[in-house]
Amino acid sequence: MVEFRIDRRSGVATYLQIVHQVEQALRLGLLAPGDKLPTAKEVVAATAINPNTVLKAYRELTRDGLVEARPGLGTFVRRSLARPQAGADSPLRAELADWMGRARTAGLAREDVAALVASVLEESFEETR
Amino acid sequence: MTELTYRHGHTALEAVGLGVRRRRAWALRECSFRLPAGRVCALVGPNGAGKSTLLSLAAGLLRPAEGSITVFGGRPGDVAVRPRVAYVSQDKPLFPRFTIADTLRMGRELNPGRWDQAAAERLVDGGGLSHSARVGDLSGGQRTRVALALALGKRPELLLLDEPMADLDPLARHEMTAALMAEAAEHATTVVMASHVLSELDGVCDYLLLMADGRIRLAGEVEDLLAAHAVVVGRHELPGTPREFSPHTVVEARSTGRQLTALLRPDGPVRGPWRAAEPSLEELLLAHLRAPGAPALLTPSAEPRPRRVAA
Repeated sequence: MVEFRIDRRSGVATYLQIVHQVEQALRLGLLAPGDKLPTAKEVVAATAINPNTVLKAYRELTRDGLVEARPGLGTFVRRSLARPQAGADSPLRAELADWMGRARTAGLAREDVAALVASVLEESFEETR
Repeated sequence: MTELTYRHGHTALEAVGLGVRRRRAWALRECSFRLPAGRVCALVGPNGAGKSTLLSLAAGLLRPAEGSITVFGGRPGDVAVRPRVAYVSQDKPLFPRFTIADTLRMGRELNPGRWDQAAAERLVDGGGLSHSARVGDLSGGQRTRVALALALGKRPELLLLDEPMADLDPLARHEMTAALMAEAAEHATTVVMASHVLSELDGVCDYLLLMADGRIRLAGEVEDLLAAHAVVVGRHELPGTPREFSPHTVVEARSTGRQLTALLRPDGPVRGPWRAAEPSLEELLLAHLRAPGAPALLTPSAEPRPRRVAA
């Protein structure tokens, strides 16, 4: 089960925050096919947001084929976004952790690292924007 | 539940040409709108705009001098309608000599067949209140909690709340809002919430009624109302509004030095060297509160249905 964190000041529409958090949980393997998403009532009882916002997010995820609503039962994960190459024990992750360590030793602060990563990310994935 | 709480065509509250006189002045005048069932609606407006008057009318505590108001198609206060409506007024009238247990028992006996003791107790217990505490000994915030417990225990289909959260601490406010939203999620309850605290409405309400001077200024889905407006920023040093704004409705325009910031209802794209963005709910409300003379805007779902209603 996932728990949503809603940031009302982020400027990102609340339903999109839920969509992104489900996608993120699918990527990280926190949610796997067959898992049940919290019901709208459970989400709003924890976050105090409008229930239709949750339902709108679930509809969007359903449209993308990531989850499906089973009437009377709830909303379930249909497919995963997890890639083994990005898992917690993957070599790519270990290399990145290693690089972060070196950046820190070199005296870079969190913001410096974030800016550097964002800039390389931008260059490397330019064509997908 | 996986279905949206609102369904098109179902009406919770509808007003047509509603007017109420208070002493010599009109508290409400030519007030018309429709609130579809299953919506969580913010009722916003400056002091004296008529919000409390409108809620009293919907609760059946006040009769209109002009026009009509219907609740689920019937007259407010009718035997068929009253059990379906709960109203928590600003002063939250409770019997001070009653204990909390007495108060909940009153709720049970006044609402035979509907009362949900578990729901009411959940709210009371969430605040750590003893059932044997006298209502008169409670703090303002604790009384609010009991009043909301009484209202939710009734399992209303329409819940009218006048400044419900004003005296609650942040934790209690979050908890009460969450309880309201859970109720709305489970039973598709229609909620009307008058409030001055704009931040407490954002993310909670999916419908909006904005009042000024006893009239409706904005009514409709929050999403659609936001999409119908644009905040426009740019450089403008001449007097008057920029020429490029002429096809659009200007709600408010303010200059600071060379910069002009305006809230528009665009009719087509905004031409010229202007940066346009969708407003936040707070920007939309503040601009309309500062400019009460702006023309009213009702989205199609908020337009009253053209039919004759029982007066």
